[in-house]
Amino acid sequence: MSRIGWAVHDGHIVALRNVRKIRRVPEVLVFVLISPIMFVLLFAYVFGDSIPIAGLDYREFLIAGIFAQTVIFGATFTGAGIAEDMQKGIIDRFRSLPMSRSAVLVGRTASDVIYNLLSILIMTLTGLLVGWRIRGSLIDALGGFLLLLVFAYAFSWVMAFVGLLVPSVEVINNASFIVIFPVTFIANTFVPSENLPGPLRTFAEWNPVSAVTQAAREAFGNTNPALPPPDVWPLRHPVAYTLLWVGIILVVFIPLSVRQYQRAAAR
Amino acid sequence: MPAVIEARGLTKRYGHVTALDGLDLDVPSAQVLGLLGPNGAGKTTAVRILTTLLRPDAGRATVAGVDVLEQPEEVRRRIGLSGQYAAVDETLTGYENLEMIGRLYRLGRRRARARASELLERFSLTDAAGRPVKTYSGGMRRRLDLAGSLVAEPSVLFLDEPTTGLDPRSRVTMWEVIRELVDRGTTLLLTTQYLEEADRLADEIVVIDHGRAIARGDADALKAEVGGERIEVVVRDTDRIGEVGGILETVALGQVVVGGQGNQLTAPVAGGPDTLMRVLRELDAAGLELLDVGLRRPTLDDVFLALTGQPTDDAAEPGGGAATEEVGP
Repeated sequence: MSRIGWAVHDGHIVALRNVRKIRRVPEVLVFVLISPIMFVLLFAYVFGDSIPIAGLDYREFLIAGIFAQTVIFGATFTGAGIAEDMQKGIIDRFRSLPMSRSAVLVGRTASDVIYNLLSILIMTLTGLLVGWRIRGSLIDALGGFLLLLVFAYAFSWVMAFVGLLVPSVEVINNASFIVIFPVTFIANTFVPSENLPGPLRTFAEWNPVSAVTQAAREAFGNTNPALPPPDVWPLRHPVAYTLLWVGIILVVFIPLSVRQYQRAAAR
Repeated sequence: MPAVIEARGLTKRYGHVTALDGLDLDVPSAQVLGLLGPNGAGKTTAVRILTTLLRPDAGRATVAGVDVLEQPEEVRRRIGLSGQYAAVDETLTGYENLEMIGRLYRLGRRRARARASELLERFSLTDAAGRPVKTYSGGMRRRLDLAGSLVAEPSVLFLDEPTTGLDPRSRVTMWEVIRELVDRGTTLLLTTQYLEEADRLADEIVVIDHGRAIARGDADALKAEVGGERIEVVVRDTDRIGEVGGILETVALGQVVVGGQGNQLTAPVAGGPDTLMRVLRELDAAGLELLDVGLRRPTLDDVFLALTGQPTDDAAEPGGGAATEEVGP
């Protein structure tokens, strides 16, 4: 078998292990699923009626943003899982085996897609309950979900790298909070980026989180012709811009993470 | 016959700390080398380099004839490693852990499963095979971890402090398991903080301190240097110490030494508890009253004291000799 073939074979075995762990510790899953419900409800009812956007129902505007934020937060699981394996010496065991050097990371990032799939499903149901509707075609909507998952997958490689660097699971949970909150808030996730002051606005317009949110919004038909996206390339071509970022992240962080994995010292 | 594990001049620094300082090791086929030293002596660093987990700053090593630095992948195919902290997945069952390792060794599903069952049986874990590892005792985890390192039937095995932190009973079980492996012809490098453990398992012992080998030899040679077991007696009535000394001299292998405040006697002996009983009977028959009596075995701390004139840096560590008294001159 080729090197890539073995990476897939070994990655598949590591992914199976992670999936077993999901089933074995259902508490984790419960929290994974409760937090998106919480976010949808909080935003829908706390901000939903207070932030008027001309010609658009705020809840409709909001849902794509919450989807984006939640799946990005989902990447934290990848980092936390890797950090935990490091802490417990399991990475050492893997590294002492004649297995593919990328398998642990390939397996982890793959199995964590399951978390995001489930949280998207739950958020969709919760969203529908609070009045959100998919206004476009189902095919487009599925494309939107797929793009969210692909973006989250790429981002989980970033977190895998971080997970190999940090000394403990606690650190990664706190660190990701500090990074992910600003990145997902300084975007068009919860308010239109036009409403942001100067530099934040520019950041928001070029933030890939805005692009993936915009793409999802368009895919769900939650846009309003009266409220076109700002005239900047990323938000006028959100799918292309998102995929560009996915490509860049994967090209940079897969080799970086694999290299760090090989060097990672046990703690 | 060439050594199965051979290391020359292994050096590793972390900032200002020198973890390994030109360590040489040779382990012939089917032999056991005990790397004995206190915490921070460089034992784990040496194992990590030899098992390809860490690159040395200088030096070279071969394992089973394969260069550790040039062909790490090939080395990993030939070795088993069981670390200080049982690297098993707590949420998986014992069986699942071993099956996963087997599949990562690319044994194929069927062989991986057969091998998992076989190893669980051999390590008396069959009853616990279907339980998540988090329900296992410390000894069971270590046995499972050791089983994990044997999945691919490696001819070379590295065990990094396999019994540190185990209760005495689990430790003895672990020793039996390791002994059996060695009897089957596995070449083993074992690190330990316990002189007794190295004595029980190793053909040759290398004492390591601050990343350097400070003594080499078999257990007997080392003990001859350090002194073997001894009886220590503290008498109540200092005036009768001569009588006690006379009784001790009948069993002593060497000189009986007076210490403490002139009321303590130490005699090197052989024969363990039997000898102690004999001495006690005679002391009792002579009506000699004692404040304390005991059979002391040399610890790592005694070895260090004998070799370097200093106790280990961390004498408070278990097995580091915190409980032993120094014998007065």
